[in-house]
Amino acid sequence: MSGDPIIRIRNLKVAFGSSVVLEHLDLDIPRGEVIGVIGPSGCGKSVLLRAITGLKPPESGSVEVFGEQLETLPREARTAIERRWGIMFQDGALFSNLTVRENVMVPMKEHTRLSPALMHDLADMKIRLAGLNASAGDKYPSDLSGGMRKRAALARALALDPELLFLDEPTAGLDPITAAGFDALLRSLQRALGLTVFLVTHDVDTLHATCDRIVVLGEKRVLAMGTIPELRQVDHPWIQEYFSGPRGRAAAPVIEQGA
Amino acid sequence: MNPVDPGFALETSDEKTILRLTGDWTVATLQLVEREFAEIALPAGVVLDVSALGHLDTAGAFLIDRQLRAGGVWPPQFEGAHNSAASLLEQVHAVSDPVPPAPHRPLGIIDLLERVGRGTVDMLSELVATLAFLGETVATIFRLAAQPWKFRWTSIVAVMEEAGLNAMPIVAFLSFFVGMVVAYIGATTLRDFDLEIYTVELIGYSMLREFGVVLTGIVLAGRTNSSFTAQIGTMKMRQEIDAMQTLGLKPMEVLVAPRVLAMLVMTPILAFIATLAGIAGGVIVGWTSLDINPGVFIERLRTAVPLDQFWVGMTKAPVFGLVVALIACRQGLLTGGSVQSLGHRTTTSVVQAIFSIIVLDALFAIFYMELGI
Repeated sequence: MSGDPIIRIRNLKVAFGSSVVLEHLDLDIPRGEVIGVIGPSGCGKSVLLRAITGLKPPESGSVEVFGEQLETLPREARTAIERRWGIMFQDGALFSNLTVRENVMVPMKEHTRLSPALMHDLADMKIRLAGLNASAGDKYPSDLSGGMRKRAALARALALDPELLFLDEPTAGLDPITAAGFDALLRSLQRALGLTVFLVTHDVDTLHATCDRIVVLGEKRVLAMGTIPELRQVDHPWIQEYFSGPRGRAAAPVIEQGA
Repeated sequence: MNPVDPGFALETSDEKTILRLTGDWTVATLQLVEREFAEIALPAGVVLDVSALGHLDTAGAFLIDRQLRAGGVWPPQFEGAHNSAASLLEQVHAVSDPVPPAPHRPLGIIDLLERVGRGTVDMLSELVATLAFLGETVATIFRLAAQPWKFRWTSIVAVMEEAGLNAMPIVAFLSFFVGMVVAYIGATTLRDFDLEIYTVELIGYSMLREFGVVLTGIVLAGRTNSSFTAQIGTMKMRQEIDAMQTLGLKPMEVLVAPRVLAMLVMTPILAFIATLAGIAGGVIVGWTSLDINPGVFIERLRTAVPLDQFWVGMTKAPVFGLVVALIACRQGLLTGGSVQSLGHRTTTSVVQAIFSIIVLDALFAIFYMELGI
């Protein structure tokens, strides 16, 4: 799957007031790959995600998604782009006054003209696809556990079968078995749907199990990008520490099994 | 890249049936074939021709799988090549519900009766629960009174300022204008009988006995009550109250008692100020349009309106304050995990508080009438 990158960032600068979070950042995300984004806490991973999706307008630089620069697009064209991606926020960000099924149906109601009955059934299918019981559809987000909320949020992100999926810390706070299930789910969905996934994570196991390539953020820019073996060769103290530290080593054998 | 309209055709030849799928079957285009496709019947052994199939996503696969399932066809046989059709169908098939759940739809009239019954029972149990909460609060306050160092003096004073002192201007203004209105009504009706001077009695009785304290109660029900419920409700929603309990802090002592005590102290003060402001409104109207000199007005107020009337009003004030604080805290603590529940609780809280104040005022009126005051 070559061709133009699905996301193309040039010389991006994002700042909050006088504190600059990202500066001189260049990044190309190839189509059809799972890209993991890692970096020390507070290095701007989530901010980068917000900048790409237009939630935090950058100070300068350009962000192109699907070959279009979002900021300059007229409203309708922008909406058309927005329905081609799905976002799963860190703590789900489900609408608390709607049931899980209604949450999943929100993007469908907004962007498609399917019959309500089919939307209902499709939403149930997405909920099961995300690994929840169909009975969870009638529950409110406040009745769900953290892991279930993440799955419900994934179901909503997948509602319109996006080409590009943004996941912000999808496995944080999950037990290792649930997290591994989530990784497997993500991988199989990605294969079946040909998704491009932009995955912000801290979870080394998730990186090994799901990611084709990894972007390391730090010092306000992209420190390195490549596969895990490539990154192991990079001579940077944080990257070395990350992959060679106790947690990094423990997760390493997964590459052989997962490949 | 514009999507190609989806289409399908069922072809039956001698030995096999072929379902030819064409175009893009995605969530954006499905509405074009949804209805027709749901009506076809697929015989067992049908072959799917996917050679002309364009984009397929899980929504399209879901629709195809549902039809295959209805015909009892699984696994399907494919003809032609498609990069994702087989794997997508398999993925979707694995998570599809074998039997669609039967919808639960109760009869209209029975449903209505049930809701009326539930509503009635809820209203009664709400009353009982509020009384129970009153008991719990009183018990907490007595327990605290035995250990006065455990009182949260800082929060009591903070609530007194926020809910009492800061409410003073609005209470005084409102009461002042109501005093003027009552004086005008009195003046226009009494002038016909040349009894304008009785405006003083009208103002005195109504302000001292009713308006001062009831207006205060209503303002507090709208202003303080809603803010208490929202504060406590938000804390509940964000699990701060759970955290508090695990740290050995009792919400009744930390949140409810200071608010109730502060309101018990501040409501009579507010009611007193409201009464003064109302009388001032009456004096202004008497002076400007009835030529009743303020000195004469005050002198007549002192002789014609017994002091009992003032005490009747003042005894009601702490009760109203207590009711407002209790309902607010209780509804706040009942808030669930959602924003909607917070909104619902705040509304309920204000409605209950205003309702209770009016009902209690009526009960007080009957009570004092029986006492002959």
